[in-house]
Amino acid sequence: MRLSTKHATLLLLLAILALAPLLFPSSFYYRVFALIFVNALAVTGLVILLGFAGQVSLGHAGFAGIGAYASALAPVHLGLPPILALLFGAALSALVAFLIGRPILRLKGYTLAVATLGFGILVSMVLRNEAWLTGGPDGISVPALGLKDGLKDLGIKLKTAELWYWVSGIVLVLGAWLALNLQHSPSGRALRALHDSEVAAKTLGVDVAFFKLKAFVVSAIYASLSGSLLALMNGFVTPEVAGFLHSIELVTMAVLGGAGSVVGGFFGSVLLTALPQALTFFQEYKHLLLGLIMMLVMIFMTEGLVPSLQRRLLGRRA
Amino acid sequence: MAELLQFLLSGVTVGAIYALVALGFTLIYNASEVVNFAQGEFVMIGGMTTAFLYAAGLPVWLAALLAILAAVLVGIALNKLAVEPARGAPVLALIIITIGASIFLSGTAEIVFDKQFHRFPAFSGDSPIAIGGATILPQSLWVLGGAMAIFAALYLFFTRTLLGRAVLATANNRMAAKLVGINTGFVMTFSFALSAAIGALAGVLVTPITFTSYDVGVGLALKGFAGAMLGGMGSPPGALIGGLAIGLAEALTAGYISSDYKDAAAFIVILAVLFFMPQGLFGAKQVERV
Amino acid sequence: MTFAPAKTMAAALVAVAAFALTQPASAEVKLGSTLAVTGPASFLGDPEAKTLKMLVDQVNAAGGINGETVTLIQYDDAANPNNARTFATRLVEDDEVIAVIGGSTTGATMAMIPIFEDAEIPFISLAGAVVVIDPVKEWVFKTPHTDRMACAKIFEDMQTQGIAKIGMISGTGGFGKSMRGQCLDIVGDYGIEVVADETYGPKDADMTPQLTKIKNSEGVQAVLNPGFGQGPALVTRNYAQLGMTQPLYQSHGVASQSFIDLAGEAAEGVRMAAPSLLVAESLAADDPQRAVVLAYKTAYEGETGQPVSTFGGYAYDAFMMLKAAIEKAGSDDPAAIRDALEATSGYVGVTGEFSFSPEDHLGLDLSAFRMVEVKDGRFVLID
Repeated sequence: MRLSTKHATLLLLLAILALAPLLFPSSFYYRVFALIFVNALAVTGLVILLGFAGQVSLGHAGFAGIGAYASALAPVHLGLPPILALLFGAALSALVAFLIGRPILRLKGYTLAVATLGFGILVSMVLRNEAWLTGGPDGISVPALGLKDGLKDLGIKLKTAELWYWVSGIVLVLGAWLALNLQHSPSGRALRALHDSEVAAKTLGVDVAFFKLKAFVVSAIYASLSGSLLALMNGFVTPEVAGFLHSIELVTMAVLGGAGSVVGGFFGSVLLTALPQALTFFQEYKHLLLGLIMMLVMIFMTEGLVPSLQRRLLGRRA
Repeated sequence: MAELLQFLLSGVTVGAIYALVALGFTLIYNASEVVNFAQGEFVMIGGMTTAFLYAAGLPVWLAALLAILAAVLVGIALNKLAVEPARGAPVLALIIITIGASIFLSGTAEIVFDKQFHRFPAFSGDSPIAIGGATILPQSLWVLGGAMAIFAALYLFFTRTLLGRAVLATANNRMAAKLVGINTGFVMTFSFALSAAIGALAGVLVTPITFTSYDVGVGLALKGFAGAMLGGMGSPPGALIGGLAIGLAEALTAGYISSDYKDAAAFIVILAVLFFMPQGLFGAKQVERV
Repeated sequence: MTFAPAKTMAAALVAVAAFALTQPASAEVKLGSTLAVTGPASFLGDPEAKTLKMLVDQVNAAGGINGETVTLIQYDDAANPNNARTFATRLVEDDEVIAVIGGSTTGATMAMIPIFEDAEIPFISLAGAVVVIDPVKEWVFKTPHTDRMACAKIFEDMQTQGIAKIGMISGTGGFGKSMRGQCLDIVGDYGIEVVADETYGPKDADMTPQLTKIKNSEGVQAVLNPGFGQGPALVTRNYAQLGMTQPLYQSHGVASQSFIDLAGEAAEGVRMAAPSLLVAESLAADDPQRAVVLAYKTAYEGETGQPVSTFGGYAYDAFMMLKAAIEKAGSDDPAAIRDALEATSGYVGVTGEFSFSPEDHLGLDLSAFRMVEVKDGRFVLID
């Protein structure tokens, strides 16, 4: 039975979501996987921007920061319930992405990279400096979603780590489903066309600027939701969530696994999230190893791990 | 007036370092079309190696020489092992490779050296020099003088020597350079070595003023990169002007607007330039061929 | 499309499961720790980690606690609250420790607290901000003085010198910002007015613009610099470069000899409120802390070859009080250990004299801080 890419990817994710807990020796693993799913959500957005549309962004953590702090501040200052705060953050990120997207996306290559980098740094700077609002570098606590208690009322008792495993996993599957739909839709084809050659796409009547902006805004929403979930999961947020290092981690996760596909992005998230946990006996060498991995994978498997391994295991291009 | 002068002196000192880092970016970009995000690490290697060798007993000048040599070796290794094997890779892959190299180098420095801050004595003492109501450290004059000397030497190198002109030719049109017999592989390696040497020298000059530690590379790379883009990536005079401009913008923002957002000045300037003049102040207008 | 990604995913899952090795239960005291050993706060976490390791080795060589070997599981969160929380979960759920010492920074600590409160594991934080123990949380204690106390001690000293107007220049890192906030809060209580308030970034190389503004502010009689890392040393050098002669006060964030080494001659006359560890040799012979402080200093410097650090001292006190609590409780039960810990009274440590109570999980008062001044390249006690 031949499955389409879309169905195979979704089935894979659902299988992992449902079956992985059977292998967990302790609830710590729920936490690790919840982190993987939350990262993968942001990375899926980046796959849309980077992989489908071919636009570099080194500042996407800025949107994650907007989402995270919206979850922290909106309930307190605007009186929104946490669920609405999450959506508010996403809307705010979409708005910001829309406003800066048009001028920024006129740039290409390194100039686009540095412009998005500048955006990310400015967001994280505002979050660090405006301590009266954001709590500054020491961070601020995030009002709980209230899901745990809500479920207890329904008779389902879950530990915090378990709860977030399921929440982030389900959100990821939904996000992946939407991204895959986009990939196989006319919009997705337009993005692929302009990725290949903007000039050619334009001559074919594709509104390049519009689609680039659409990819940028959509990926910003993914990053924002990821940030919000992370903030809720941790109950606490600091400006690092919008920092340069986080942006680089997200891009690396996307590219390592293979930026062109949702499953590649997921695999990259698994690698970069689980590896530091597996290598704790190498803690002193953490940075060294991360840098080494980044270099080696990109030199020897330029397309990313998933496509290269696929080719090796199957002997043909997927 | 004295206040403004103090801000300018501060901005120009810091800007000279950014200019040297930007120059490093420019040299490598010209030779290989790669933006080397690990550029800041050369400055770190220069400063940290000198500090450690000095602490081990060597005189500063010898320690500095060895430090520059160490940086050159690292630069050559970076080219041979990381950049050349990835020739022709998409821009994003190259970005990841050089950022990975930056993380790798600072991670290695963390282990080989340590996590503390270090310095070594200034070349001609610490007594501030008074200029029109403001003060400047003697070491700042070394930094400025050093930067000027490097730029002047490079100018002469590019215009008066055969190797220099070969480098320019490669930057201009790689294929044509190969056709006239220029060993473009050597030119690329040489550019990395030169870039590393300049970065390391910048590190040696500035450490007596600003100290050094294993993680100073990233911040310098970002600011230097901003300076190079401001001046126009690929233009050495652009690197000089861009770097100085970033330094001055920072000092003036700290002085007159808000010290909290001093770093933002650099990035706001960058964004403004990129929106209105994407090729930078001195860069060539990019023509995309269909 | 085929199942190739499925194959690779399965391989990844097996690898993930493979690093899960459940430890069999054994007769040992399992303690956990997550510190900022690498990263921007490594000058906090590195001495803390070294101190804990040194103490665990010492204790095991002397027979352990309650006759059982002590195992310390040490993670590095690099001051990232997300990592801290993950490691906290790991310590509690996977490694099954009975107590935790850690959280070098406030952000990391605050992210971890809910884990320990939920799991009912006693936790001694090594972070500075007052919010860690105010409001009091049942399972959370802390050993470092609060930055509020440092401000109070410094303002007391300024008062005795007749200083009424000051300028402040603060680092924008967590420590500097937090201490600046606390100082601004209480400065009025000492009859002092802040007439200039500047900041600098942790990686800044030159603070002359900010100091110039302070220099040109009317009537500044002294300058206070909350911050840590290299910033204060640079501020001190710039201060001398600009020819500013008003007294300069630093924070305990730079209470270490390396500050003097970096700042050079410019450090002469700088004052700060510091733990007595900094002036171990000049403590009076009858000072209750003298013996403890000198012993720790000698041991640490002998073991690591590096100058003793007041931050390591926080870890020292945390471990020693925890050890005493476990011995007093006589068992591995976290709840019993917590109760014994809370009952600690009059413990003379390196940071000060600690007395916990149900309302006070810090246990220190202002006497834990000493005013010191830099003279001839060393810290000396002024009292």
